[in-house]
Amino acid sequence: MLEKALVGTKRYWTWVFFLFAVIGIGFITYLQQFKLGLGITGLSRDVSWGLYIGQFTFLVGVAASAVMLVIPYYLHDFKKFGKIVILGEFLAVSAVTMCILFIFVDMGQPMRIMNVMLHPTPNSIMFWDSVVLGGYLVLNIIIGWATLHADKKGVSPAPWVKPLIYLSIPWAVSIHTVTAFLYAGLPGRHFWLSAVMAARFLASAFAGGPALLIILALIVRKFTKFDPGKEPIQAIGKIVTYAMVANVFLLLLEVFTAVYSNIPGHMHPFKYLYLGLEGHGKLVPLMWTSSILAIVSLILLIFPVLRKDENILALACIALFTSLWIDKGFGLVIGGFVPNPFERVMEYWPTLPEALITIGVWAIGFLVLTVLYKVAVSVREETEGVELEH
Amino acid sequence: MSMDRRDFLKLAGLSTVGIGAGWVLSRPGDILEASQFLQTKELLHAKQWAMVVDIRKFKTAEDYKKVIDACHRVHNVPDLGNPKDEVKWIWSDSFEHAFPGQESEYMPQEMKHKQFVLLCNHCENPPCVRVCPTKATFKRKDGITMQDLHRCIGCRYCMAACPFGARSFNYRDPRPFVKEPNAEYPTRMIGVVEKCTFCEERLAKGLMPACVESSNGALIFGDITDLNSEVRKVLADNYTIRRKSELGTRPSVYYILDIPGGDRNA
Ligand code: SF4
Ligand code: SF4
Ligand code: SF4
Repeated sequence: MLEKALVGTKRYWTWVFFLFAVIGIGFITYLQQFKLGLGITGLSRDVSWGLYIGQFTFLVGVAASAVMLVIPYYLHDFKKFGKIVILGEFLAVSAVTMCILFIFVDMGQPMRIMNVMLHPTPNSIMFWDSVVLGGYLVLNIIIGWATLHADKKGVSPAPWVKPLIYLSIPWAVSIHTVTAFLYAGLPGRHFWLSAVMAARFLASAFAGGPALLIILALIVRKFTKFDPGKEPIQAIGKIVTYAMVANVFLLLLEVFTAVYSNIPGHMHPFKYLYLGLEGHGKLVPLMWTSSILAIVSLILLIFPVLRKDENILALACIALFTSLWIDKGFGLVIGGFVPNPFERVMEYWPTLPEALITIGVWAIGFLVLTVLYKVAVSVREETEGVELEH
Repeated sequence: MSMDRRDFLKLAGLSTVGIGAGWVLSRPGDILEASQFLQTKELLHAKQWAMVVDIRKFKTAEDYKKVIDACHRVHNVPDLGNPKDEVKWIWSDSFEHAFPGQESEYMPQEMKHKQFVLLCNHCENPPCVRVCPTKATFKRKDGITMQDLHRCIGCRYCMAACPFGARSFNYRDPRPFVKEPNAEYPTRMIGVVEKCTFCEERLAKGLMPACVESSNGALIFGDITDLNSEVRKVLADNYTIRRKSELGTRPSVYYILDIPGGDRNA
């Protein structure tokens, strides 16, 4: 079926070549990082994880969010998701691909990546994270491919696909829980040492991922003959709304515990992020942008009259996605490192090479997504009108 | 779909065998000790090496410089000249930063700003070892928290996990920044994490750590499980504190405070 990605309109090829160009720039910059070391990034002795690990964390959420379509469709027989569920599964494939790449570019000795498997260490959360992420990638490739293949032939997928689909549901929850555990079990990192971390991760994932999916579905509808349908998009809109409410609620719980307890270690990271600490406040404008976008998106989403208008829904989704991207793809990681273990404020800001590499990885993700969506859309365009059954 | 049911089952079966084999390999212990722990005839033995820093004996800037230089010189610790990429094994910082949360507005100002010697605590329950995905950081039988720099993948998880800021990452090639390289000790490559090793290479030769040796008795080193060791005697006779002991990592570095006016109350 991959051959379907090799035929396309001029617009399709322009987009693909544009992505290749961005990837090329990122790759050349990465070669420089490979040679000179992570010193070319803004990372330091004090803030030793930054943009790369932030993107990784955020994208694990996007990957996990595919279950928000899989559950209604396969467990509750919500037939309306029939056309769109494949878009969710392929989005997960693209997101996990980016996750793996972000881990790779963050490593000081990337050529030794296999050491994680050669010396498996069950007491390390990072070991489990690589196991569950790898498994999730394989699961989604198999499921997506098998269901699409069946659609093409107009038959139901082979019987062994169903158990894999059911397995993918707890698996999706596991990838984001384990990723939260990377942070939530570290002594002395007060900002991360929170029992609601995994819950917050899941809530933000189930808001951000489906929001991105709505945007993608609208783009697909605009540029191809494949229409995911109005109703499924509205249904996803509801999911996004509930998840975002839960996410903001959980964030406020964190703020309450930190501020009302008045324990300095718990308060300082919040102060640094939202008010600035000891005269340092590089992240303050960003964090408030995130907060304002979150409020805007909630207002647009909560009122059904507004949400029903697809343009407003799209706007709400863009605001929400950006808000979560700042909060989780950046603030969350930095907040754990500032102030440092000596109660000193050492700030972090990504450098240009770091940004170029980050954009390059996103471009690879978009390329994977474009190719997979192209295949899916081509198959669906051929079988237009055929009732889907699986 | 190019993978049929049989192929898939084959793949699943193979991966199960792979995971099983991995599990067996994952048992640490003797295999690890043999490959990552230099065992010599002269090796000094202990169950848990520990250090006591007698801060009363650090008076002039020279006292600090002496021990810091001793370490950084023999271990080829680079001087990168900027705090961002900095690599350090032993350094000093004021009381309020070494023991955040313990300071008070009204405490003697000399104490508040008194410099403390800081290094890896070789914690008995080290989070850096717990999180390392490759066992590149591991606990030796003598209590030293050690790294295998040829195994480290540079993920920096251990740096996030260490609550003492004891670990440094080689953000740049350190070699050009080692002023007078010591040919007897390895230099490091780009992209790995390093820190104080309690001078395991010297213990293997029956010697005390370099900083201890150059400290004129201000640093005391020994086996904390041995009742007759000097560290135990010093700990029994003096009031000591440890950094962030509330976190449960059980640091093995103790500090005897210089309590101004302490004599008056005696
Ligand atoms: S001080 Fe830090 S690096 Fe040293 S053993 Fe303890 S946790 Fe590990
Ligand atoms: S940076 Fe190296 S020593 Fe630290 S956790 Fe990663 S592999 Fe282990
Ligand atoms: S014990 Fe050795 S390695 Fe550690 S600080 Fe002292 S001299 Fe350096």
